[in-house]
Amino acid sequence: MTIKEIQEEIVDEFSMFDDWMQRYEYMIDLGKSLPLIDEQYKTDDNIIKGCQSKVWVHADLEGDKLSFTADSDAIITKGIIAILIRAFSGQHPKDIIDADTSFIDEIGLKEHLSPTRANGLVSMIKQIKMYAIAYQTQLK
Amino acid sequence: MQKTTLDIQTIRKDFPILSRTVNGQPLVYLDNAATSQTPKQVLDVIVDYYSGYNANIHRGVHTLSQEATDKYEQARATIQHHFNAKHAHEIIFTAGTTHGINLVASGFSSLLKKGDEIIVSALEHHSNIVPWQMLCERTGAILKVIPMNQNGELDIEAYYKLLCSNTKLVFCNHVSNALGTVNPIKEIINAAHKVGAAVLIDGAQAAPHIKANVQALDVDFYVVSAHKMCGPTGAGMLYGKEEWLTKLPPYQGGGEMIAEVTFDKTTYADLPHKFEAGTPNICGGIAFGAALDYMNAIGFSAIADYEHELLEYATAQLLTVDGLKIYGTAEQKTSVISFNVGSIHPYDIGSILDKLGIAVRTGHHCAQPIMDFYKIPGTVRASFSFYNTKEEVDILVAGVKRAVAMLQ
Repeated sequence: MTIKEIQEEIVDEFSMFDDWMQRYEYMIDLGKSLPLIDEQYKTDDNIIKGCQSKVWVHADLEGDKLSFTADSDAIITKGIIAILIRAFSGQHPKDIIDADTSFIDEIGLKEHLSPTRANGLVSMIKQIKMYAIAYQTQLK
Repeated sequence: MQKTTLDIQTIRKDFPILSRTVNGQPLVYLDNAATSQTPKQVLDVIVDYYSGYNANIHRGVHTLSQEATDKYEQARATIQHHFNAKHAHEIIFTAGTTHGINLVASGFSSLLKKGDEIIVSALEHHSNIVPWQMLCERTGAILKVIPMNQNGELDIEAYYKLLCSNTKLVFCNHVSNALGTVNPIKEIINAAHKVGAAVLIDGAQAAPHIKANVQALDVDFYVVSAHKMCGPTGAGMLYGKEEWLTKLPPYQGGGEMIAEVTFDKTTYADLPHKFEAGTPNICGGIAFGAALDYMNAIGFSAIADYEHELLEYATAQLLTVDGLKIYGTAEQKTSVISFNVGSIHPYDIGSILDKLGIAVRTGHHCAQPIMDFYKIPGTVRASFSFYNTKEEVDILVAGVKRAVAMLQ
């Protein structure tokens, strides 16, 4: 599946919920399925700045695709990062760099997109794209 | 439990914002330690200023300028009387507490030398730590810290041991923003004066609850922000004893703060203008005065009694939540409750509460050393004002229970 297709799938899933509570409960569940980052990468250097909770993201190149692992000490943040990773893991760095992230709006998490929002969703997206840029250079 | 004499429902009508909804729910505003809401009596003063007599002060001969100057100086007198300063010129208008602290820290750069010692408390807000660290870097002075105990109280015996003839300055908040602890500042001030040290008290968190009497305290500097006590943001005051303000050099150069300027030399204006360079926040200063009038009309003693009632009720109710731990259990506390539930991250609880229309603060509250002391990433902080109700406490407690059920 392409990033766009996965994003559409996520939007579809979220559209089934009537209220914020169901959306949050689903997000909390998604957080539990997050591919966890290896403990050795949970260093202070790997903490994403701009988040009130701690968030670590790591990327590995498998063939020409990127695979992401992550973790957070807050459950809702874990859910948010799980959604992002589901959309971007297993994709080519170039596609990740070019990807649009407006699907976040559509699943009712728009408030988390504000750059001043304490969970730093913007910083997470930036970090994922930075990994993609770094590996893209390596692939050339 | 004693019942308040205040008519809270009538008071609430003074605050237009309290009738709005957030995420479809009636707003329950419990982030008063971050900023308080503004009553219409103060909002009216702001509108009156801009629609009636907006003009630059102290310089104009025209009527508007004189009206604005009169109101601004009246506000200074209101602040002077509220804090019982000896002179109006001991009240310096600032942009807020942080500005006041930086003004004093900057002034002391020229008065300190290598080896001098500065004492701060372990309960400080970053704004009362960083300026002093910067001052130490500039002057070679040494920063020492009064330790705290598990209850969130300062270890006063340890403080006495830190004091010595090298101590030049002591800084402490009147009330801790993260925990609500009321510090024994009278004792702290007296002991510092015995070794000849000056004392700055950060009154930002105390001023909304406690009417400080700067002469009775014999404090050298006292700083507050208007926005924590029903006033606007971007306004505040620095009280300084006349002798200290005379001794400190000006903070910023500019208009208003000069007596005479030539390219060879400038002589500075008298107090308070020496520290008020440039066009000040005129409207903010006037509205600050109006906010004090508003709170004094309700009465600080009635406010303190009612907030204590709310604190006791909220503490008891919150402790019915399984696994909830309160940080900061000092005997003397303002109406602030910092807590966590089990190992749930404060951010998670805060996010769910927001969805329920409840505004609390989460995080380290700009007091990372306190969080390090407790070895926690932060807390959820609910802070109550005199316009909050017990019903709102109930909504908070139900919200926390709901959040915990979702997150566990």
